[in-house]
Amino acid sequence: MADKEATATEEEPKVLTDLEKVGEPIVPRKKPNEIHPDELTGSIKIPKVQEGTAAGNKPYLCKSENMEKLGFPGDLREDWHDAAIAKMGDLLEKYKSLQVYMDICVKCGSCTDKCHYFIGTEDGKNMPVARAELFRKVYRKYFTTEGKILGKLAGAEKLDLELLGEWYSYFHQCSQCRRCSVFCPYGIDTAEISMAAREIMDHIGVGQKYTNDIIVKVHEVGNNLGMNPKALKATLESTEEDLEEETGKKIRLPLDEVGADVLMVTPSADFFASPHVESLLGYAKVFHQAGISWTFSSAASEAGNFGMFIGNYGQMQKVASRLTDAINEIKPKRLIVGECGHAWRIAYSFWNTLIGPFDSLDPNFKRPQHICEYTLDLVNRGAIKLDKSKNDHIIPTFHDSCNVARGARMGDKPGGQFTIPRDLIKASCNRYVEMDEETIMEKTFCCGGGGGLLTDDLLELRVKGAMPRMQAFSKVQESHGVNFLALICAICKAQFTKILPKYGVGMDVAGGVHQLVASAIDLGAKE
Amino acid sequence: MTALFVVLGYAAIAIFLVGVLAKVWKYGTTPSPLKIPQTPAPVTATGVPVRMLSEVVLFKSLFKSNRVIWLAGYVFHIGLLLVVIKHYRFLFASVPAGLSYFDTFEMYPGIIMMGGLGLLFLLRLVVDRNMFISVMTDYFLILLFISIALTGTLAKHFYRVDITQVKQFMMGLISFSPMGENSAFPTETIFIIHFSLVLLLLVYFPFSKLMHSAGVFFSPTRNQVDNPREKRLVAPWAADISGNTVVSVKEEAAEAPGQA
Repeated sequence: MADKEATATEEEPKVLTDLEKVGEPIVPRKKPNEIHPDELTGSIKIPKVQEGTAAGNKPYLCKSENMEKLGFPGDLREDWHDAAIAKMGDLLEKYKSLQVYMDICVKCGSCTDKCHYFIGTEDGKNMPVARAELFRKVYRKYFTTEGKILGKLAGAEKLDLELLGEWYSYFHQCSQCRRCSVFCPYGIDTAEISMAAREIMDHIGVGQKYTNDIIVKVHEVGNNLGMNPKALKATLESTEEDLEEETGKKIRLPLDEVGADVLMVTPSADFFASPHVESLLGYAKVFHQAGISWTFSSAASEAGNFGMFIGNYGQMQKVASRLTDAINEIKPKRLIVGECGHAWRIAYSFWNTLIGPFDSLDPNFKRPQHICEYTLDLVNRGAIKLDKSKNDHIIPTFHDSCNVARGARMGDKPGGQFTIPRDLIKASCNRYVEMDEETIMEKTFCCGGGGGLLTDDLLELRVKGAMPRMQAFSKVQESHGVNFLALICAICKAQFTKILPKYGVGMDVAGGVHQLVASAIDLGAKE
Repeated sequence: MTALFVVLGYAAIAIFLVGVLAKVWKYGTTPSPLKIPQTPAPVTATGVPVRMLSEVVLFKSLFKSNRVIWLAGYVFHIGLLLVVIKHYRFLFASVPAGLSYFDTFEMYPGIIMMGGLGLLFLLRLVVDRNMFISVMTDYFLILLFISIALTGTLAKHFYRVDITQVKQFMMGLISFSPMGENSAFPTETIFIIHFSLVLLLLVYFPFSKLMHSAGVFFSPTRNQVDNPREKRLVAPWAADISGNTVVSVKEEAAEAPGQA
């Protein structure tokens, strides 16, 4: 006791600024060794509702320098309250989704047990409807007759610093995976609401470090990992050498080759992170065997686009517009996107809007095309051969990435995003095991690190949010000896590599679908 | 008495109609800047009504999610639908063919409706997650519907309110000749309560979560066609900031009828 008092008097009593009141966790962040994940039993239990157990999860605030680079205020605006309400009004007029979803929730309870962060943290405010209510409270207070007259009785509340602090916490505990939306009778999409909340917060000077720093990096250097073109070129060259050593073949990883048929856009993590790079080798081998000319681009060395996570249309478009530069420079006929969940949602659903139409590309192919669509088509046409027996030591299962499963498609038929990656895995391996049907396809659980939360200051949340997927995985691991979690997302790959060991599972279990293609592909001479 | 309820009646109906139409106008005219259908989604415009009907008629997503909530909600809505249909007799001078069939249901629609509502109320009390998200207005709306169903059932089947008189009053209202000598307001207490509660519901409707009834049709995750690679969507405000030209706002309207 005496010691504590002594240190307390020695230190200057810290006076928190308003911004810190909003952004600082109310309980200290846990150190990695203090985070204890649930035991893996193979079943997902819906917890009893707790209050505030996750209120301490807050990511680091973005520093003013980077806030200002993105055109946001560097500190909490003095008129933050009025500015926030004005921005809310602006978004309500710009987004049908937000306007409709503010009004029509009946609080039936359907979504309450569907969010991985609620299941993992047990905090009631991580139930999708309760998360949305943090926004709706304010909407009712300032934009509805009901809220203005009935106030708290109708669940209307003034936006104050305390509520803003809750926004900062709980809207950064949503990975925008849209699982709740699947089960909502009206399709209310919490992702739309959490994007709007982050957009409002950025506009008053409350930004998240991880997402915003990355967007700055893309603008300044060209990709999320901050690899400049020189470093990228060097990395690709050394990887080419490794490939030649492994295969004895001259398999290329071209960069900025003007006139290539295919422009390949992939998350920058694929260039050197593990296990991402294994899939990169897969793409290269597929292109090599297909005999098509292709290239990466240093202008568009990033498929990811964190502009979506912060709900900022302008940033999303600015990041995407790098691709326009690359297309103008390289003049490809086709555009193919690598393994990345949110990137595929943006490429598939938003690119045409943001930077389209892609009139210069060959209309005989999808604009853009997913690498899984491309590779499976080659396999089906016999243009490349896969030797499944090379993967006989592997018993894979497939984790549907949330953004691909619920926000995009592959192929021509609804649900192609489920069948095409699975067919590709099955073409690469003799065995395949499916996880519990409540956890796959449109009902898939997020990995726990999506939506701009893949940062170590949210490690506890990431561990807990991964729990439902980990339970489903451990079940097939136990029952069928599954030893490979096949992924098509850079964020999933990074998340599981970090989280699997916390649950006592080896990190090498996680890998890309094209990692399986890479080890099965027959690199012999083509007939 | 009659004059009072005539004025209240017209006022309530006017607030209801203007309020609902204003909201629908707002939902219809607010742009969707991005394609956000919940996939797997229909890839053709004709698939959208099918998807929407499966939600509106069968509550498909709710069924997928939670059978108890689905049952409670479905029973309530079916009961409500039958009850509303059964009120035809107050709105038509002569009985339209087919509608009298619903009279064979006797008082059951009201009881079905109350059963569903009771279960919905119970869910808010016993399921901790539902309790956590419920505020006063959530309970109030259920109680309001229960009160309307209860007073209606009592008026019809137990107090035996003079149906002819109710009909004449209502006919007077809807034909805009409310103060005729035969269309006096029925003065049975139970009817006064029933009628007043319905007026309250009409007034509250456009300002409440009951707007889900119209709003569901405007939900972008459910009414958009999954064809972003083929059809370009640009909202006017997004075109402004990007310098893009507006090419497909009309197309958006064309592919999702009712979306405007």
